[in-house]
Amino acid sequence: MRDFYGVTLDSPLMLGTAQYPSPAVMEAAFRASGASVATVSLRRETGGGQAFWQMIKGLGVHVLPNTAGCYSAREAITTARMAREVFETNWIKLEVIGHADTLQPDPFGTLEAAEALCAEGFEVFPYMTEDQVLAQRLVDAGCRVLMPWGAPIGSGLGLNNRYGLRTLRAAFPEIPMVVDAGIGLPSHAGDAMEMGFDAVLLNTAVAQAGDPVMMAEAFGLAARAGALARRADPMAPRDMAVPSTPVIGKAWL
Amino acid sequence: MTRIEVNGEPREVSGATLAEALAELGWGTAKVATALNGDFVPASARAGQALRDGDRVEVLAPMQGG
Repeated sequence: MRDFYGVTLDSPLMLGTAQYPSPAVMEAAFRASGASVATVSLRRETGGGQAFWQMIKGLGVHVLPNTAGCYSAREAITTARMAREVFETNWIKLEVIGHADTLQPDPFGTLEAAEALCAEGFEVFPYMTEDQVLAQRLVDAGCRVLMPWGAPIGSGLGLNNRYGLRTLRAAFPEIPMVVDAGIGLPSHAGDAMEMGFDAVLLNTAVAQAGDPVMMAEAFGLAARAGALARRADPMAPRDMAVPSTPVIGKAWL
Repeated sequence: MTRIEVNGEPREVSGATLAEALAELGWGTAKVATALNGDFVPASARAGQALRDGDRVEVLAPMQGG
């Protein structure tokens, strides 16, 4: 099994901590999902940061700080350095956004920041498109995890480019990959896991569900089911029917 | 007094260093990360970091994120 910078995860579900109806619902959602990683951010301190951090620590999961909202490599690098000090981890979910409407990652800024951060000892999880050339450049920069998007952040559209994701997965068999962003339903998460991805990262699909705790449980089950199915080596699909009940021994009626 | 900007708000501080300013603003022991004019200042360097009029200080804390 591929690990994340030496860390083997108990569950292939990574869950965001934003947009829940209340902190209590977020906490319950984490417990129901069995998620092994929580994504967090850094924002201007307005009083709630300290209590939030205590709650996250209490979840007992791995913490993955992000550089959400950064539009330049410089901003992302500074944010990553600040996050490393506060969260005491070398893990960083690198987001350098290129466009406000699509929240599509800026491949050039992402690569520039990844090169700088890898050189400083960060363990970078770059949020990226499914572009294979970019993937190679990020691996060359030192990234040992890749995080292609499924669809734009918060859209819930699922896996927009299955062909691109499939070829990316096949092109880097040694690199752990997380489908991050765009996942709207547990079936999307299961699908990504069945395709051979190592984890899924989502937030809005759980936090904005009518019942976030129940949806969190559904995502935990789906991600595990997809991972199990992948390991079980699925049958190959075919166009023609094949009887599953033996033909030999059928009565002559 | 030194006139600086803290998290986008104008503030006046009497402390000469970033560490003193943070203590003055109530973040002496808080889990925060700091940046000065866009560059990260590690906690260990705050006491040696002088402040000048017009400096932009960012004080960031753990927050929800996706």
